[in-house]
Amino acid sequence: MWLELRDAVRDFGGRPALAGVSFALEEGEIGCLLGPSGCGKTTALRCIAGLETLDSGRVISRGRLLAGPGVHLAPHQRGIGLVFQDHALFPHLTARGNVEFGLHALRAAERRACAAGMLERVGLADCMDSYPAQLSGGQQQRVALARALAPEPTTLLLDEPFSSLDVALRERLVGELRALLKSLGATALVVTHDQQDAFALADRVGLMRAGRLEQWGTPYDLYHRPRSRFAAEFVGQASFLPACCSGSGMLQTELGPLREGHETTACGGAVDVLLRPDDVVHDDDAPLQARIVERVFRGAEFLYTLELPSGRRVLSLVPSHHDHRIGERIGVRLATDHVVTFPPLPGVTDAVDTSAAGTAARPPAP
Amino acid sequence: MTSVARRRWAAGALALLAIPALLPLVSAVAAWAVPATEVWAHQLRHVLPRVTVNTALLLVLVGTATALLGTALAWLVAAHEFPFRRVFAWALLLPLAVPAYVLAVVFAGALDYAGPLQVWLREAIHPGLRLPPIRSLGGAALVLTLSLYPYVYLLARVAFESAGSRPLEVAQSLGLDRGAALRRVLLPLARPAVAAGVALVCMETLADFGVVAALNVDTFTTAIYRAWYGMFSVTAALQMAALLGLAAILGVWVERRARGTRGYAGQRPGGELPRRPLRGREAAAAIAFAGGVLAVAFVLPTAQLVAWAWQHAATDLDSRYWAFAGRSVALAASGALVVVAAALVHGYALRGEPRAWVVGLGRVATAGYAIPGTVLAVGLFAPVAGLNNWLQYRLDATLGAGAPQLFLQGTLLAMLVAYLARFLAVGAGPVESGLERIHRHLDEAAALLGQRGIARLRRVHLPLLRGSLFAAAILVFVDLMKELPITLMTRPFGFETLAVRVFEMAAEGEWQRAALPAVLIVAVGMVPVVLLARRATHVA
Repeated sequence: MWLELRDAVRDFGGRPALAGVSFALEEGEIGCLLGPSGCGKTTALRCIAGLETLDSGRVISRGRLLAGPGVHLAPHQRGIGLVFQDHALFPHLTARGNVEFGLHALRAAERRACAAGMLERVGLADCMDSYPAQLSGGQQQRVALARALAPEPTTLLLDEPFSSLDVALRERLVGELRALLKSLGATALVVTHDQQDAFALADRVGLMRAGRLEQWGTPYDLYHRPRSRFAAEFVGQASFLPACCSGSGMLQTELGPLREGHETTACGGAVDVLLRPDDVVHDDDAPLQARIVERVFRGAEFLYTLELPSGRRVLSLVPSHHDHRIGERIGVRLATDHVVTFPPLPGVTDAVDTSAAGTAARPPAP
Repeated sequence: MTSVARRRWAAGALALLAIPALLPLVSAVAAWAVPATEVWAHQLRHVLPRVTVNTALLLVLVGTATALLGTALAWLVAAHEFPFRRVFAWALLLPLAVPAYVLAVVFAGALDYAGPLQVWLREAIHPGLRLPPIRSLGGAALVLTLSLYPYVYLLARVAFESAGSRPLEVAQSLGLDRGAALRRVLLPLARPAVAAGVALVCMETLADFGVVAALNVDTFTTAIYRAWYGMFSVTAALQMAALLGLAAILGVWVERRARGTRGYAGQRPGGELPRRPLRGREAAAAIAFAGGVLAVAFVLPTAQLVAWAWQHAATDLDSRYWAFAGRSVALAASGALVVVAAALVHGYALRGEPRAWVVGLGRVATAGYAIPGTVLAVGLFAPVAGLNNWLQYRLDATLGAGAPQLFLQGTLLAMLVAYLARFLAVGAGPVESGLERIHRHLDEAAALLGQRGIARLRRVHLPLLRGSLFAAAILVFVDLMKELPITLMTRPFGFETLAVRVFEMAAEGEWQRAALPAVLIVAVGMVPVVLLARRATHVA
């Protein structure tokens, strides 16, 4: 393990920011903590950097205990770099001065050379003598990156690196940052609330909620094999459709039968199947018709909200030449690769079931 | 430093800084435990009723007059357009450069029975013509109003201007005409700012010593001075000081409350407040009003001051004069150094997220600005004299008859401690806002890159704080140049500064000879006012 956080707990006066979080990164991996604001992701980052103290748990870097019972290394003893959300550049120093700041162990000439080399690598060779106020947001971020990387930290931490940049710049920089980190072979942990950034940047994504790690895995896994309803809803769009387990490994839904996936969490009786908008496809030949109640034009496709005969609503992504109006009925069928089911929410299902019974559109129970 | 050690250090430093502000109050209140003396009985019967009534009347008169004058001027400048408006916007702050006691000296000299104005009136118009006496309660109220209205004017103007056009537009969209909208929306919006300004004015009035002394009005501050120097009763002076100190604390409380509600006068979206153009007779009236106030409060008094100074320069501009000036500058500079260093410690102790009681301790340390200088002077005299006697006793006991004699109470030490108590807030303001601008992330970035403690102070904080420290030093320096009661009452025997010289000349009725030392004080006083005016215009 290159960097490991084990059973980390941090409590801010009765409000746990971290309630037992564990994960690990391998050398050269880019990890990402994703979650809504207040979920504890930034606290996790600050605990690793040593800017916050863990109440219990450990931080281990390359086999060295950075923080744990009775141990709390000072931030600068950890060999960990941090890029702040607001970049936190020293306004009284030039770009080069900022990068040189952390190189106090070197002699002046080496310091200059190292800082210049670092700024060159991030593509700022022309702005070395500019002050932070003279640089654009993207340039400031790269200075901050160079400053954090210059002392050759074992791991680089980035706190919401894109939140202060405008959207157009953002998409380009995410790609550039990943390429740069990979070219340096850096191990990095990024905190973000934006799922797109997380997916584009990270090898491993950890989804956090209320101080806990809900799921730790590849972006692909997180999207297609979410382990909880929260994960399913936070990462991408989701609708849930009630289904019944038949004994033969098939699930019966209003939109037809589905083969049970191996992730099926509960069997025997009623479950909810997760449907992504791309799982519900438009097909004029399909026997089942659904009414369009909402539509959002997205350029290449429409995102329709469809109402099934039972009154249930599902989302469907349809190529944008299928231009239907609200109220029209279109044929739909399922096309799922990964069937993910959850136990039905107590209470909610009952209420819907009674209304569904009236429409008599529910497939007969086996 | 660990967080526990840091917290202890912060609490200890703030407690130390709070002592100069608390000690005078404690020793003043403690004086009430001393059995009533004959002097005090006399004070209680003959002095206290008179000074209470005079002080209260002065507060009401000056408070009301500055509220009206300051708000009216602010409204005129913020909501109207007329020729020279931009000049008036900053020039109306100029009276802040003239210490109130200097203005009192000029008024007393110019409006006296034998002064130039009355002489001219008698000769030119009617031999029996007389003006109401300037050396009276009304005269003191007039001088203090003309000297202090800029506090209300500045706060009210900023409140009007930062309200912007949006409230006015909303009111007009709801069917109010411009006049009604101003009355019903903008005035209420500015009310907390006006209240805060008036509270500042009242605290200055309560603390004033120079004006009432020059114009022969008996208030608490002069009563303290007389009890001490006239009757040689430190106890009576302390007992009087306790009453004044309590009144001042009440003032602070009111001011803090008023400031707490000033929150809604922040920067608003929408454009600037649209100014109604004034033309013809209206414009002339506006210029006459603003120009008249400026003339009476600043232009004419300063011109008179310069004229007198010029007349007396030939005889008075000698080496003694330069000695006064040199002492004033040296004293103000060393005081500024002490205060700014303390302000830096104060700012650091409050950095981060201190506990509520630590913040309270920090407030106590800066609350000394509200304690009148006379109270600080007598309140610190007693404990310092006590310390002196104790040290002398120890010294005599160890060294015997040959021990040197100590005079701590008559040294600059007591003076500097009193300055620290009174002006820490002046220095702490810019330092604190400078430190606030240094984001916590910069500290953390420095820590991650291996720079902590002194190295971080030197490489990150001091370069970023340079401007704030300089501003703090200038403000304190100018305030110390103008300071009168503390310097007067705690100075070593025969130690004269410019301000003391102005007071002495005024006490002897030599108004015109007071001008020469006063001119230099006013000149120095212009520096921060010009800076403030520039910044306030920038905001507008």
